[in-house]
Amino acid sequence: MTTATIAQAVRPGMISRLIPAINAEWTKLRTIRSPRAMLIAGYIAVVGGGALLTFFINRNFSSLPADSPFEPVRSSFGGLVLGQLAMVVLGVTMIGGEYASGMIRATLAAVPERGLLLAAKALVLTAVTLAAGLVTAFSAFFVGQAMLGKHGVSIGDPNVLRAVLGGAFYLTLIALFSLGVTTMLRRQTLALGILMPFFFLVSGILQAIPGVTRATQFLPDQAGQKFLQIHHQSKDAFGPWTGALITVAWVALALLGAWVTLRRRDA
Amino acid sequence: MIELQQLSKRYGDRLAVDALTFTIPTGLVTGFLGPNGAGKSTTMRMILGLDQPTGGRVLVNGRRYDQLVKPLTHVGALLEAKAAQPGRSAYNHLLWLARSNRIPERRVAEVLDIVGLRDVACKRIGGFSLGMGQRLGIAAALLGDPAVLLLDEPVNGLDPEGIVWIRTLMKSLAAEGRTVFVSSHLMSEMALTADHLIVIGHGRLLADLPMGEFIDRNSRSRVRMATDQPEALMDALDRDAIAYRRGADGAFEAVGVEPGRIAKLASARGLVLTELSLQRASLEEAFMEMTADAVEYHAGPANAAAATAPHVKTSETSEYAQRKRG
Repeated sequence: MTTATIAQAVRPGMISRLIPAINAEWTKLRTIRSPRAMLIAGYIAVVGGGALLTFFINRNFSSLPADSPFEPVRSSFGGLVLGQLAMVVLGVTMIGGEYASGMIRATLAAVPERGLLLAAKALVLTAVTLAAGLVTAFSAFFVGQAMLGKHGVSIGDPNVLRAVLGGAFYLTLIALFSLGVTTMLRRQTLALGILMPFFFLVSGILQAIPGVTRATQFLPDQAGQKFLQIHHQSKDAFGPWTGALITVAWVALALLGAWVTLRRRDA
Repeated sequence: MIELQQLSKRYGDRLAVDALTFTIPTGLVTGFLGPNGAGKSTTMRMILGLDQPTGGRVLVNGRRYDQLVKPLTHVGALLEAKAAQPGRSAYNHLLWLARSNRIPERRVAEVLDIVGLRDVACKRIGGFSLGMGQRLGIAAALLGDPAVLLLDEPVNGLDPEGIVWIRTLMKSLAAEGRTVFVSSHLMSEMALTADHLIVIGHGRLLADLPMGEFIDRNSRSRVRMATDQPEALMDALDRDAIAYRRGADGAFEAVGVEPGRIAKLASARGLVLTELSLQRASLEEAFMEMTADAVEYHAGPANAAAATAPHVKTSETSEYAQRKRG
């Protein structure tokens, strides 16, 4: 008993407590099928959608409206609205699956520090979605530019690399936002039922309503997508960096809400 | 070592756990007994830091659960049959648990052997039966080789073989010097396994005593008598100052008296007894009596929550009685 008491007296630091928690989350993620399937689905949707859009843009380039500057990078991310749904599912299931199955109790008994658990989940989700996001973004860019032919841009052109990297970060931020919202809701189906239609439909519909168009630019998805533009468009309320900052703020808010919920609510 | 100090949990205006204070004795199987809804699961969840107490505290080895380093090496818990995601294999479920507490991976194979799930280690949990799920839960509880095990209704829904397995396991775990804290709503189950009893009713502590003492105190026996000469029998009992009660069927019942004494008494007066039998009160009845009493004594002005809901309590006890019959 004395050795245990001594070991208990010296509580290991934050990092050495975080490492096993990260290890556990990583093990969870790689031992079920759905996360891998979602990353692949996201890749296919983003790259495929972009290839399709840029193919038709190239064929009908002369008939495009010429009042605003053409966005070659944004066009190669034509599958982003569909592909981001895979990131939503990934972020939701990261904790929603545990609430649905009751495993959250096993998780909290193993890692009782709520903040530590959330940090471990967010870090693993960031690492996985950023790695997959980078592969997806660069694939979408190069495939799209190949489709655009002479209308395409090179990775070395002004703002282009920033915009492509933005595509990768965007996917990560959407996944993290979904993780935060799901933790606050504590229900997988509810989170999916709110987030999926929101990102796929509602945001787009709101954008089309005259009068609220400007306001909808502040929504997490639309603000973040500004970062994929290489030109300033006349309707833009703010530039790419402000847009990125707004999305990061949304994510921070969602994760803060998640942390408060995990601490306050009974499991 | 687990100590509860004035531990309370309030849901809205309902007091689920009411100032519980006790220490779980180490190295024994302690039965945590109470009717359904008595607050057993809530208490167990508070020990594990899953639910926040609204009053008091509970310490595990002198610390709050969320302050423990590698908590799975201190306390292992079985809360529900399936607290695992169906899409993962049993091995991988135990693997992430092991990783979370820096438990070596070889321990996963060891606990799978202990619970007899080695052959299905790589099968998805979704296809497991209730009994297999329960075994996996036990494996998870044993993973960190903890000195304390918390088992919430471990025999619920198990087939007879599974029930015997759990009983044997609990005894062998205690024989290894571990503390086993097991909840149940069945006294008969506890009578077979527990060394010590903690009984709660409506969130309050009703008893905290060794099993033997509980049996001695509560297995009062009654003597049942019937005769064609009831007047004479009543007269005889009155003269010997034996307290009795007359049942609806005309038979008599006396408490705290040996059947032999009644026989001698009757014989001395030439009374013919058509029935003379010893009725031993079961522990189950003793337990029900204990928890039913708690209901009546609760309805004082000091406890507004209890006073406003006596009918809820009666329905709970009758539900309990039905379960026992069924």
